[in-house]
Amino acid sequence: MSDKKPISSVNDFVVRFANVNGSGSASANEMFARAILRHGVPVSPRNIFPSNIQGLPTWYEVRVTEDGHLGARGGVDMMVAMNPQTWDKDVAGIEPGGYLFYDSTKPMPSTKFRDDITVIGVPLTAITNSTYTDPRQRQLFKNIIYLGALSALLDMDPKLIEQLISEQYKGKEKLLSSNVHALHLGRDWALQNLKCPIGLRVKKSDRVGDRIFIEGNSAAALGAVYGGATVCAWYPITPSSSVAEAFTAHCKRYRHDAKTGKAKYAIVQGEDELASIGIVIGASWNGARAFTATSGPGISLMTEFIGLSYFAEIPAVIMNIQRAGPSTGMPTRTQQCDIIACAYASHGDTKHVLLFPEDPAEAFEFAAAAFDLAERLQTTIFLMLDLDIGMNHRLCRPLKWDDAKQYDRGKVMTEEMLEEGRDFGRYLDVDGDGIPYRTYPGTHPTKGSYFTRGTSRDRYARYSEEGSVYADNMQRLVRKFETAQDLVPRPLQANAERPTKYGVIYFGSTSPAMDEAIGLLEERGHQLDRLRIRAFPFHSSVASFLAEHDFVYVVEQNRDGQLRSLIVNENGIDPVRLIPILHYDGTPITARFIAKAIGDHQDHLKVTPLRKAVS
Amino acid sequence: MTYIAKPKFHHPGLKKNDLGYTHRDYEGKISTLCAGCGHDSITASIIEACYELSIEPHRVAKISGIGCSSKTPDYFLGNSHGFNSVHGRMPSVLTGANLANRDLIYLGVSGDGDSASIGFGQFAHSIRRGVNMTYIVENNGVYGLTKGQFSATADRGSKSKKGVTNTDNAIDLVAIALQLGATFVARSFSGDKTQLVPLIAAAIRHKGASFIDVISPCIAFNNHAGSTKSFDYVREHNDAVNRLDVLVGRDPIAVDYAPGTVQLVEQHDGSKIALRKIDADYDPHDRLGAQTFLAKHAAKGQIVTGLLYVDPEAEDLHEHLNTVETPLNTLEADTLCPGSTVLDKINASLR
Repeated sequence: MSDKKPISSVNDFVVRFANVNGSGSASANEMFARAILRHGVPVSPRNIFPSNIQGLPTWYEVRVTEDGHLGARGGVDMMVAMNPQTWDKDVAGIEPGGYLFYDSTKPMPSTKFRDDITVIGVPLTAITNSTYTDPRQRQLFKNIIYLGALSALLDMDPKLIEQLISEQYKGKEKLLSSNVHALHLGRDWALQNLKCPIGLRVKKSDRVGDRIFIEGNSAAALGAVYGGATVCAWYPITPSSSVAEAFTAHCKRYRHDAKTGKAKYAIVQGEDELASIGIVIGASWNGARAFTATSGPGISLMTEFIGLSYFAEIPAVIMNIQRAGPSTGMPTRTQQCDIIACAYASHGDTKHVLLFPEDPAEAFEFAAAAFDLAERLQTTIFLMLDLDIGMNHRLCRPLKWDDAKQYDRGKVMTEEMLEEGRDFGRYLDVDGDGIPYRTYPGTHPTKGSYFTRGTSRDRYARYSEEGSVYADNMQRLVRKFETAQDLVPRPLQANAERPTKYGVIYFGSTSPAMDEAIGLLEERGHQLDRLRIRAFPFHSSVASFLAEHDFVYVVEQNRDGQLRSLIVNENGIDPVRLIPILHYDGTPITARFIAKAIGDHQDHLKVTPLRKAVS
Repeated sequence: MTYIAKPKFHHPGLKKNDLGYTHRDYEGKISTLCAGCGHDSITASIIEACYELSIEPHRVAKISGIGCSSKTPDYFLGNSHGFNSVHGRMPSVLTGANLANRDLIYLGVSGDGDSASIGFGQFAHSIRRGVNMTYIVENNGVYGLTKGQFSATADRGSKSKKGVTNTDNAIDLVAIALQLGATFVARSFSGDKTQLVPLIAAAIRHKGASFIDVISPCIAFNNHAGSTKSFDYVREHNDAVNRLDVLVGRDPIAVDYAPGTVQLVEQHDGSKIALRKIDADYDPHDRLGAQTFLAKHAAKGQIVTGLLYVDPEAEDLHEHLNTVETPLNTLEADTLCPGSTVLDKINASLR
């Protein structure tokens, strides 16, 4: 039937499930991804979903990758087409030589297929209906039945899937055995009626190691628990809601007093984002570690308070799980589009600290660090995740914590220090680092109180509109921001094998695609040094990297090259030397995209690849 | 708000309260508001109430929004931390502060622009949540700092200083607070200190969301004929349902009241409010009755003042959230961080 040779690949292919949301497919699909992990083969799954509850199309894509490329690859080798609504587009999206898996209960006209792919029909509805009578059971077990059929087609070990089922339904024997039964219904049908395995196969390997599989939002929330956050105020918004929900779940487990059962935390669902950040600022002003989680529209609403946090110098942690903007934009699609909005949030001259984790492990680490930074620097710290990291399970190194670590509560003048007669000026730069001391309300009966305000004031917090007093304070805030440079996570540089005049800067969720793209570019003969920026303000090594290279590509997931603008603005760099590589259609950036965009540019710059020059 | 240092001399004969503080210890900087501003009378009443209650001044956190009223926390309790935050956002800042340290007294000071317009939502939600606070609105029906625009509490049909008639309906914050479940609701008049001081004292002693709407005429922009927030108008239309005394650590029997005229209300902390009834039928424990009473009197153009509603057994947000007794801002890594052993287990569960 095919006029193209079927794709043959072991542990390196992409399976995409096309479902209808609300059909219960998510847990079966996730089990498929986990089952491959249990074979010792890395996977990188991604949810592609609409801003809707039930009835619209959703996709779940699993990249099976022995080499551990965790970025999105692009293209689909096998489509599990369970949604008639998107059938045509789904079938069209399969790579030539790829596979189409579908429910063959109802006959389909041949025009609905392609002749350059392998079509695999399994009568899922017929099998389900002959086994189950309850409509909900029919729907749920249909998902497990296709999982069973896939396990036969892809040569997976059913014992590993059974193990996963038994872990998931531990203590619920009836559910456990019925799920195993459904799995074998599908598997046995495929073994008896189809040629198994097909060209795509999963073979046991040992490439997963001790890595864990976790969503970035959950990891960030856990980082907040470990980082000592006690107050969380939030307003539901996709794709950030699961941060607050995970924080709630983690706190219920780890933050109740063993004796009294009382909560060592307070979580408030605010009436909006303004109230959420107001609560965070009020709590931080009063000495608690507090945070909110939001996304682009929430950041827009919070900006007045962010300016207050900057100017009145009140700690705050904001986790921004970015989605495609502007306005409501594409709420369930990923982008890195709030860089400028966060770096310079609020009216007047402001600058804010941004942290860019690349994966859940860094999301955990940076989330915990954000509270130290916020209290040390007495300002807002943004943890810049995006939907791609936040709402997808990602394979990453295990989370680590040093039990010897104490929280850095920053410069807080205590009752004892005030008693000793220490000079307290709320905005007095005593150490030359731009960071003044603060006091918590209620510290001392007669010393250390001050009036916090968003209006201009002198070093002792006394209202003043004197130009020199105002400028003195604004200059100190610049000094403080310079201090931040050496406190935030430094950029990580990886150099090409041979010296090169070309570099690439990238950050956040672009990381796995960039790492993979480097290999593809090397195959094309292009050598590039890499710098992964992990925070703003930029460390001095960013300027050095720019100085060492003639041209630097800046890869980011937004239309306007926002990080590039920030680099140009903050480093006074000639913009011509920074070449934007921009991906902004709402899908995660891929290695193929980066390699093509940079490779074409290199060719355009008339760079003769070394290999060609010598041959 | 001033460079003029206030003299710190205390007259040796100055009266002291139970903690040994004089009245002067509860004062703040010199007010920069207009001479005769109703807000300054409220400031004086706050000072008086805190002195009478023998509160340690530094254990109060004063939080406000933006506007004339929101400037006033600088003019009282000079040894307390104050926070002049963002326009209309005092309630959220106060809520956060309260969550961080449940041991302080929270005094929220706001105005009618701050609470009935830009901050109407935050006002409503802080009341809904039952934040333990005393929320005072210094209500003059006008935007003073921006020179005389109507606010959302200005009555329909009232006239601005420039002669413009207000055609929008007024928001009655007291009615809203009652509807949203405030557990202490009062209204008073800045020109009636004898009523206002004990109301503030009782509100501070109340555990839960206390709300006081204080009509406070704006001498510069809303004290003319045709205004319903002028001194003259409020005096003429003030319909007080009760007056009260707050009794802390004093034997109520010793206070001399005519029999049948006083209702004693014991609050959660043991303090007592002695309500001297003016309207014999008014029951301050009847939320629905209070709402009806207010609506009827408002229709007649009367301004009902006094303690309008109190629930002495109210719960606050900390009880709803079941938080620990220790203030959250004092907890450190040893009690907050689950540690590496737990993290190893979490890692194991994610493979």
